[in-house]
Amino acid sequence: MLHRTLLRSATITLRNSKFQKLQNADNFLSSPKVFSRLSSHFTYVPDTVSPSEGETVRMNMFQAINNAMDIAMTSDPSAVIFGEDVAFGGVFRCTLNLQEKHGKDRVFNTPLCEQGIAGFAIGLAVSGSTAIAEIQFADYIFPAFDQLVNEAAKFRYRCGNQFDCGKMTIRSPCSAVGHGALYHSQSPEAYFAHTPGLKVVIPRSAVKAKGLLLSCIRSPDPCIFFEPKILYRTAVEMVPSKDYEHPIGKADILIEGDTVTLVGWGTQVHVLREVAQLAQDRLNVSCEVIDLVTIAPWDKETIYNSVKKTGRLVIAHEAPLTSGFGAEIAASVQKDCFLQLEAPVQRVAGHDTPFPHVFEPFYLPDKWRCLEAVRVAVEF
Amino acid sequence: MRAATRLLLPWSSRLSYTARKGIHTSPQILSKDERPQFPGAKANWTEKLEFVKSDLYDGIPVYRVMDRDGKVMRPDQDPKLPKDKLIHMYQSMTLLNSMDKILYESQRQGRISFYMTNYGEEGTHIGSAAALEPDDLVYGQYREAGVLMYRGFPLDQFMNQCYGNELDVGKGRQMPVHYGSKDLRFVTISSPLGTQIPQAVGSAYAFKQQQKGLCVICYFGEGAASEGDAHAAFNFSATLECPIIFFCRNNGYAISTPTHEQYRGDGIAGRGPAYGIQSIRVDGNDTLAVYNATRAAREICIRENRPILVEAMTYRIGHHSTSDDSSAYRSVDEVRFWDSTDHPISRLRKYLVHNSWWDDAAEADWKKKSKTMVMQAFANAEKKLKPDWRLMFTDVYEKMTPGLKEQMKEMEDHLVKYGDHYPLKNYAKANTPLE
Repeated sequence: MLHRTLLRSATITLRNSKFQKLQNADNFLSSPKVFSRLSSHFTYVPDTVSPSEGETVRMNMFQAINNAMDIAMTSDPSAVIFGEDVAFGGVFRCTLNLQEKHGKDRVFNTPLCEQGIAGFAIGLAVSGSTAIAEIQFADYIFPAFDQLVNEAAKFRYRCGNQFDCGKMTIRSPCSAVGHGALYHSQSPEAYFAHTPGLKVVIPRSAVKAKGLLLSCIRSPDPCIFFEPKILYRTAVEMVPSKDYEHPIGKADILIEGDTVTLVGWGTQVHVLREVAQLAQDRLNVSCEVIDLVTIAPWDKETIYNSVKKTGRLVIAHEAPLTSGFGAEIAASVQKDCFLQLEAPVQRVAGHDTPFPHVFEPFYLPDKWRCLEAVRVAVEF
Repeated sequence: MRAATRLLLPWSSRLSYTARKGIHTSPQILSKDERPQFPGAKANWTEKLEFVKSDLYDGIPVYRVMDRDGKVMRPDQDPKLPKDKLIHMYQSMTLLNSMDKILYESQRQGRISFYMTNYGEEGTHIGSAAALEPDDLVYGQYREAGVLMYRGFPLDQFMNQCYGNELDVGKGRQMPVHYGSKDLRFVTISSPLGTQIPQAVGSAYAFKQQQKGLCVICYFGEGAASEGDAHAAFNFSATLECPIIFFCRNNGYAISTPTHEQYRGDGIAGRGPAYGIQSIRVDGNDTLAVYNATRAAREICIRENRPILVEAMTYRIGHHSTSDDSSAYRSVDEVRFWDSTDHPISRLRKYLVHNSWWDDAAEADWKKKSKTMVMQAFANAEKKLKPDWRLMFTDVYEKMTPGLKEQMKEMEDHLVKYGDHYPLKNYAKANTPLE
């Protein structure tokens, strides 16, 4: 129950942080010290879409996710949304108004039990319904680990393709939020990347969130969709109104460059965009920034082609270093791009500690730590 | 005035809810000021400090139809099933028993890697399976092969799975006895205990949503009921109002662990009401009692969209598995008692004999015939090759990922060089391209 209480305050703080800063004239509150705790460690760069995508609406990420689910529910009468507190709109507002629109039998609360939510989702999918389940925070997905790893991931394989649970998607808010500490900040993607049978996807923007979530919901394989919660309100841009999908397993090259390849996903992509600019300004180095988008199965081809061009690779993720997904990329790249590598692959990650509360600024792989990794790679 | 109205609101809404649900409400409900207003429970006040005791009553009674001699105790409880159905039930139980004996022995001889018998629990499988409709979906644990047998899963398929040969629909990937059949609506077994229980609830919810008029039955042992997933499932099924029958086989042991180390309440059935689930305990060695309970449970859960818990009391006569010697933790005499005096097969046979539908000649004839059928299927399965080794890589995802294709290619190249060191001659070569 503790996490629910914490989360209320976390959401409210998120929602009100900007407000408080503007409204409260108190010198103490507006002092730089307090600001540094509340301010984020990145600058959001919106995605832009071409006019050929049709009508667009300004949305943040939670609205884009809400919109994706609304479309999925409308286009597929078998689709249901469930989890803890989703009925009233969800603690991050992702399911707002969906119950009113699609009915109580299609958007509903479950008891507070993650293993139950995951198991229930599998069963729905086995019987032909589209299951869109929410785990309130990625930090609380571990009680469902057995259902996801031993059951969902292996369902099709173990029965020789007689049954499958491909119609299930688990959505879950992940990653740092400024003050989430140990259990409102985790990035557990690497645990799932080690599990054949699951697809793991993390969007960087409102536009991507909508397209990727629709792909996950309609994918014939079970998907885990991690939503960087700090982007729920920060990621604002013009999002196409239409029903569209973005491919799973395809990385995006966001900035082209020729000296160093920078790879990240989720919030970290925005850190890396800034790093590319800093590297240009301070080191006169041209960086290629890639959003991996899909952790499993990951897009080796795009990464290899970039590294073969640049000869240097910096991978950055919020999750701890040891056995983080960066390790998989680094090992694969050194095997397939050995002759092209000009420097050791650099990994900038969270430290091998639990995710701390007051030390968050020293924990995250921020732009300065990433910039240093670029410098090391270039000067090697 | 306004404050008072607001205070009363929760009551009025609850009244309409209970009325809609047809849930019994006590007369005290009208003196609303006297009742606690807490949202979490519906109860009266008491000024007496008193703990609710768990052990002051006899357990939930065990429902039975016939005695150990196969005599029906109360005629109105005899389901009066047609002769051919009863014969099919009896033959399914005995055929399972014959198959168990032969596959158990074959494991002892090292011909298959693993096996689990169903001795003593055949009545729970067949009695419940006979009470279901063919399209009702089954989720099992691993000791429910009789349900498949009743539904007509061919002996060849049982054997193909245990041998993991090229005809196994599971493509030889799982351990023996992990059967599954899409055609017979029996969801493939997996080893992790209890995981199927919340899944079955999800499938039942889908059935309700699709208005199929079907139910889901989910089998598990009393040991698996200790898993967190069992708790999740019971609670979800009740709050989400799902047409599911939870069928617990309480056979006294989870491997070596006796029930008094498994729980201290009134078995598993005693837990049902705490979740708001109608529950019943039956004599699992009385196939007709199991039939009646399952049939009634099915009617209630489909009519009312609510879960039912059936706890079938029985005894695991065989070892837990071929990897277990149960004499290390229980006496041979105890096993012999159940095998000789209270066995579901002998009891149903006596019932059939009382009705003059079965006799010694029919028994001898069927025994011989069933044994021949099992031996024939056994010999066929043993002769077959294993599946193409490349089927190791398919069905991980719907389509093979580039990474998996690469790994399969690496293995192919490896075998070109090192094939002599692998049992390639035992494996078939698929004719169709894999994806």
